[in-house]
Amino acid sequence: MLALLGPSGSGKTTLLRIIAGLDFPDRGRIIFGGDDATRVPVQQRAVGFVFQHYALFKHMTVAQNIAYGLNARRRSERPEKAEIKRRVGNLLDLIKLSGFADRYPSQLSGGQRQRIALARALAVEPRVLLLDEPFGALDAQVRKDLRRWLREIHDRTGQTTIFVTHDQDEALELSDRVAVLDRGRLEQVGTPDEVQERPVSPTVLKFLGDTIEVEAIAQNGQVLVQGRPTPLTAPQGLSGPVKLYARPWQLQFAEADTAHLHGTVRSSYRTQGRQRIEVDREGAKTVVVEASDTARLAQGREVGLRIVGGWVFP
Amino acid sequence: MSEAPRPKRRFRQRTVIPGFGLTLGYTLTCLGVIVLLPLATLVAKAAGLGPAGIWAVATDPRVASALRVSFGVSLLAALTASIFGGIVAWVLTRYDFPGRKLADAVVDLPFALPTAVAGIALASLYAPNGAVGSQLAKIGIEAAYTPVGIFIAMVFIGLPFAVRTVQPLIAEIDKEVEEASAILGASRIATLTRVVLPPLIPAVLTGFALAFARGVGEYGSIIFIAGNLPYVSEIAPLLIVIKLSEFDYEGASAIAVIMLAISFVTLLAINLIQAWSRRRFGYV
Repeated sequence: MLALLGPSGSGKTTLLRIIAGLDFPDRGRIIFGGDDATRVPVQQRAVGFVFQHYALFKHMTVAQNIAYGLNARRRSERPEKAEIKRRVGNLLDLIKLSGFADRYPSQLSGGQRQRIALARALAVEPRVLLLDEPFGALDAQVRKDLRRWLREIHDRTGQTTIFVTHDQDEALELSDRVAVLDRGRLEQVGTPDEVQERPVSPTVLKFLGDTIEVEAIAQNGQVLVQGRPTPLTAPQGLSGPVKLYARPWQLQFAEADTAHLHGTVRSSYRTQGRQRIEVDREGAKTVVVEASDTARLAQGREVGLRIVGGWVFP
Repeated sequence: MSEAPRPKRRFRQRTVIPGFGLTLGYTLTCLGVIVLLPLATLVAKAAGLGPAGIWAVATDPRVASALRVSFGVSLLAALTASIFGGIVAWVLTRYDFPGRKLADAVVDLPFALPTAVAGIALASLYAPNGAVGSQLAKIGIEAAYTPVGIFIAMVFIGLPFAVRTVQPLIAEIDKEVEEASAILGASRIATLTRVVLPPLIPAVLTGFALAFARGVGEYGSIIFIAGNLPYVSEIAPLLIVIKLSEFDYEGASAIAVIMLAISFVTLLAINLIQAWSRRRFGYV
């Protein structure tokens, strides 16, 4: 299960549509399991595609929607009626909508429609299942449930799946590998752990979460911020001015004489057992610090911040 | 809420959209004065003949033949207009080409043209010495002064209805639905017949009904091209005018009432088919 992750306009959907055969690449090839599929027309590519807005056939019942791909086959390859019915029944069980076979899509909720779109795509036993922002149009709770459910189905069927998302949590939770795209370029491919622990560029880093950017100096393998050493080591061959990036939880409050950054507390709020504090810095960008939810800091209080982790890029 | 006194009948639901009573009253008054009153007068006038008298008019060979021509040719013309109108609407909506806006405007011309103007234009075009008529004559088709002429005129005036009713639905066709069908392995033709066209059927039927009704009621453009030969190319509305000019008011209203009845039944049937297809194709 691969996630295509990137900001809007980064080319995720275009890439997915090229894989499906709905759009055509200017260069390069599409290879499915060793076979070149670049010139295979969309009808014969044997992919399953789930659209963000479902694209169900409104004038057909749920069962007819799911059976559509099987009924569309040439007579010699089409399963018998009873077999089609059995497979539709199995898929309805899989998506937990067994009693809904004779409903029309307009009678269903968004989450149910999305599940039917998925069953319709799975019915033809595709080589690759492609999902275009599959949960984008759903509300937060339904989205969470569907996510977990999709992962279950994936674990059970082992179906090769590629999905597009701009939600990093979704990508990190659901996928085995994440491909981060930016402005039509593939920035990094790796497991969720790899892209989080070893991002290859500031773009990947910034896209995966809140980031603090600090001017620093690399010197003799050390990274200095405001003349004070940090626990980070500079990459080989890097010296002079560099950029240091850190996550909100890689900053700690510290006494003024050991701190790398100084500022005043602008506001703080609690979320899910943690405290997030916005700190204004003179002549620099406001930073967000995440700390355990204990002592509350008064607004306007002067604080010092120490960097305990992060990444260095030229 | 359960303690509150309940209205006896829930004819009117509480709603934030105001004006139900006012608009319903207005609608009924308008329908009554503008539509039902003249029709009732017509029926009253014809009733002077008595059922036997009306039956005698209906079975008069000349009247029967005129009715056959009027309704038969209207149905054929409405069918033709629906098919060609559907294609025109498809091309105008789905493709972008230079002059599309102009072509789109031309569709409305039969609406706007005085029917007599259309009749004269068609007659001079399809007459045996006209530009098209002379060519058709070479292959043995007489267009003007035959039912073929009536057919041509009715298609001409019915076309805008067929185009305008399906156009909005064609514009609404979701490109993704077609792509979904293709991805599922359906050929282009299967996608068209099974995914794209079925939802258009109710609108096509509406266009068909309107074109048919217009064809039945059309007078001006037809009489110029039809030739008006009794038993061959004489339409019922013309017969009414002839009766009127002979001061046979009751005979005229009898034909009118018969036309009214046939039209009503036909339109009702089309409406029922339409309601069925709406349900069938999931417009709940």
